[in-house]
Amino acid sequence: MEHAYSLKGVMVEKKDREILSIAETNFAAGKRYAIIGPSGAGKTTLLRVLNLLQEPTRGQVLYYGQELIYSGSNRLAIQRTMSMVFQKPAMFSGDVFYNVALGLKLHGMAKKDIKGRVEEALEVVRLSHLAKQSALTLSGGEAQRVALARALVTRPKILLLDEPTANLDPLNVAIIEEAIKSLHTDNKNTIIMITHNLHQAKRLAEEVIYMNNGAIVEQGTVAEVLLNPKNKETQLFVSGEMVY
Amino acid sequence: MEGMWNSILDVLKLFLSGDQKLYEIIFLSLKVSFSAVLIGVLIGIPIGSFMGMVDFKGHKLMVILIYTLMGMPPVLAGVAIYLLLSANGPLGQWQLLFTPGAMIMAQVVLVTPIIAGLTMVAVRSRVKIFFESAVSLGANKVQIAWLITREAKNGIMAAVVTAFGRAIAEVGAVMLVGGNIENYTRVMTTSIILETRKGNFDLALGLGIVLLVISFLINGFLVAGVLPYLQRGEQV
Repeated sequence: MEHAYSLKGVMVEKKDREILSIAETNFAAGKRYAIIGPSGAGKTTLLRVLNLLQEPTRGQVLYYGQELIYSGSNRLAIQRTMSMVFQKPAMFSGDVFYNVALGLKLHGMAKKDIKGRVEEALEVVRLSHLAKQSALTLSGGEAQRVALARALVTRPKILLLDEPTANLDPLNVAIIEEAIKSLHTDNKNTIIMITHNLHQAKRLAEEVIYMNNGAIVEQGTVAEVLLNPKNKETQLFVSGEMVY
Repeated sequence: MEGMWNSILDVLKLFLSGDQKLYEIIFLSLKVSFSAVLIGVLIGIPIGSFMGMVDFKGHKLMVILIYTLMGMPPVLAGVAIYLLLSANGPLGQWQLLFTPGAMIMAQVVLVTPIIAGLTMVAVRSRVKIFFESAVSLGANKVQIAWLITREAKNGIMAAVVTAFGRAIAEVGAVMLVGGNIENYTRVMTTSIILETRKGNFDLALGLGIVLLVISFLINGFLVAGVLPYLQRGEQV
């Protein structure tokens, strides 16, 4: 099986403090992953490393077998094959259509091709009716759906999601989950998502990674990690008995 | 008191009747201030954007320098330009002293640090919010700079308005390098000084009110006309 990412000895240090330490792990291409773990476990840092936003202090990250380059001219070409949705999405001033089209525009897509792609993406997140509304006037759930549409409109090989449904109501959660599923069905892309919602991890992921203190504690299928965890700490976390 | 109101009314009547002399002074004031702000925008916004986005060795020193220059006394700017343009100065052969060009140069010295400094602050406040989103969307360096600067447009507009306010109200530097020559380098502020020195306080006050009205109209245009247009955002 082809690996989208392979990490070996990856460490991130900030002010002499180790915030990420991954001995070895792989992310298979085309699979859906959920990363779970307590706050401060290093989940977001891992996503930032995968999205080229954070260069590891040490270690090696392979992207489809090639070493990931965090600077230089090739970095941009790699960056454009992936998309990330942040926990707090930044809306650029302009309407919803502009925000969703932005990635395509930055990638240099012709204006005539952008319209159809944006309309399609807005339909997936059920926001077609807000296309002409200012993105700065959206609710939290709508803004998160715009951010998802903006991420998936470029049809990325990799979709990285940092708690995309945190603090959202059930309807927005359902729409976002449906959009993620439909994206995966259509494009077979690799999806790596951080979530604190274990039910969501069960619904969306094929593999689950439990992290704590910057390291991967346990990784396996949904059944292995969420239903029959081997590690004592994972057991405590998934049962809700861990106090942190 | 009655005399003062009469003078103010006289000036307003002159203003409304299209008095050629008064309008020449107003137009020169606007020409000098607009030109200085335009040049200040072209120099100050790129400097401010760069300073707001990029940390480099000596960045702090540059920030302190810009903040210091923001408070530069106009007379000092005037003296510096005077020395540069005087017959024995390094730019003496340009023969710009006591011309509107010299007045524009002096005002550029005053407004550019204001535009650069306030742009820097505005851009820096947007970097944290938009930088990673822009990178993640696949923007190259130029696109990142453009996106963040665009998001800082409210702050940049405030910088331009502040700079224009400083330019149109400035007197020390333009008096020094312009010389307040009638029909050539006389502007609103130097006229006010002249009338005050002549003892025509009421006329000076009236001119001051006209200056304020013009400033109000221009700022109104910038805030109510230009800013909403910018806030609409770019259409794809």
